[in-house]
Amino acid sequence: MMHAHLKKVGSPSLEELQNSPGYPSKKDFSRGPIAVIECVEEIPCNPCETSCLKEAIKIGNPITNLPCIDFEKCAGCGICVSACPGLAIYIKDYTYSDNETLITFPFEYFPLPEVGDTVIMAGRMGEAICKGRITKVSHGKMNDHTTLISAVYPKKHFDEVVTMKRI
Amino acid sequence: MIKIPLVVIGAGPAGLSAAIEAAKSDVKVLVIDENSKPGGQMFKQIHKFFGSKEHMAGTRGLDIGTLLLKETQQLGIEVWLNSEVCGISKDKTIWVIKNKEVSVNIEAEVIILATGGVENSISFSGWTLPGVMTAGAAQTMINIHRVLPGNKVVMLGSGNVGVIVSYQLLQSGADVAAIIEAAPYLGGYGVHTAKVCRAGVPFYTTHTISRALGKTCVEAVEIVQLDSNRKPVPGTEKIIEADTICLATGLTPLVELAWTAGCQFEYIPELGGHVPLQDSRMETTVKGIYVAGDISGVEEASTAMEEGKLAGVNASVKLGHLGKEQGEKQSSEIWENLNALRCGVFGEKRRKAKDRLLLLVKEMMV
Repeated sequence: MMHAHLKKVGSPSLEELQNSPGYPSKKDFSRGPIAVIECVEEIPCNPCETSCLKEAIKIGNPITNLPCIDFEKCAGCGICVSACPGLAIYIKDYTYSDNETLITFPFEYFPLPEVGDTVIMAGRMGEAICKGRITKVSHGKMNDHTTLISAVYPKKHFDEVVTMKRI
Repeated sequence: MIKIPLVVIGAGPAGLSAAIEAAKSDVKVLVIDENSKPGGQMFKQIHKFFGSKEHMAGTRGLDIGTLLLKETQQLGIEVWLNSEVCGISKDKTIWVIKNKEVSVNIEAEVIILATGGVENSISFSGWTLPGVMTAGAAQTMINIHRVLPGNKVVMLGSGNVGVIVSYQLLQSGADVAAIIEAAPYLGGYGVHTAKVCRAGVPFYTTHTISRALGKTCVEAVEIVQLDSNRKPVPGTEKIIEADTICLATGLTPLVELAWTAGCQFEYIPELGGHVPLQDSRMETTVKGIYVAGDISGVEEASTAMEEGKLAGVNASVKLGHLGKEQGEKQSSEIWENLNALRCGVFGEKRRKAKDRLLLLVKEMMV
């Protein structure tokens, strides 16, 4: 299957994502923090599956299958976020508060933000979307230099935000 | 004349993997490389690799390189660096300039050629200006020498090399002004293109670079749209300010030594050009000469390591250090790993091309 938006513009469209087996539905998002995998192309890769301690992510055989998540098992722990070589996974929590969403995304640029900083949240095209507040910056050894950054931002931009602008 | 059972030429991922497999079966092996450090291009690969656990997926290329060097050392494998192999005769005598000073002849029983590939470049008006370089050169500058080639880069080519190096240029603090692709669709993995897209880098498909502008160095780049025959469409020129142009326009197998040794070739565009015919054990049409990695057809480091292992195992069988049955068992396990890397939309083309090579060798045997 050819993903016209991904292969022309560079990033998957929301429609392409929603048609992939790994992308959560509205109902899934209402459960709490869950992993979102933006991997819509069949490439030989499965660290997300092998990293998941809850066996919530399934690729199976062949290794080019797209990842599927069992959202009943996924607790949004984030272990797959730094395991993914494609930096294609983040955790989103729709239930964070009435007005705000929490996102935890992989980030491999310097300088890093600090907890409490206000940053500009960005979309799949790198476009500025809204302001966000950093709540956590973790660079444990297991992440192997892929920093996981958590930020909260207004819920009305729930779908569009996937990262932050480089500082 | 020195006599050595197995000589591996090239100390990149394929060559080191081959030497390690052979040394595990107690084969005396010598690795020769023209560079001052072993590892080939592995230490430039600062990103996490794809694949499965067996392929060390999720580990960064440079860390896989460190593991290969450690294993090479632990097994006591001899490595000659700064040593260029200038030719191989049909009776497998290798002529090498050792350490850039002494001419040495080595009589080898088995040779594994793991010489890699060389980057292609394309020419356009202004392409000799300082600031125009291959993507691999820029990658060496930032990840090995820690020097930025420039502040504003235009990348030509959206294959995995183009998008990965673009990402690494962003990580080193440069700005990537655009990634230009002549084809109507982007070539690299979607997760890689999405990564640079998120950083705000624009892609231009069906475009190419028409001119590099500048007096003494690159100051700007002119790009132009291409029609369905890949001819420039007049009036669609666009100027992008940049001080660096990187060319990520594919690789060609480095096959000179295989030619001089008398190996038979086939032209296979999907594998980067002329490649030596090879059987399922990676042996060429000259008995006792094996190939592995990009010389056998351009792919990537993960497949290069598997092919290296395959050549190493079968060289051990040939030299009588490993039983035929054991060799076949190990080979079929390696083939499973190779096939896994060659499935899906990206791998299929390479798998079919490799199958064609196998078929050609089979037909010759009949």
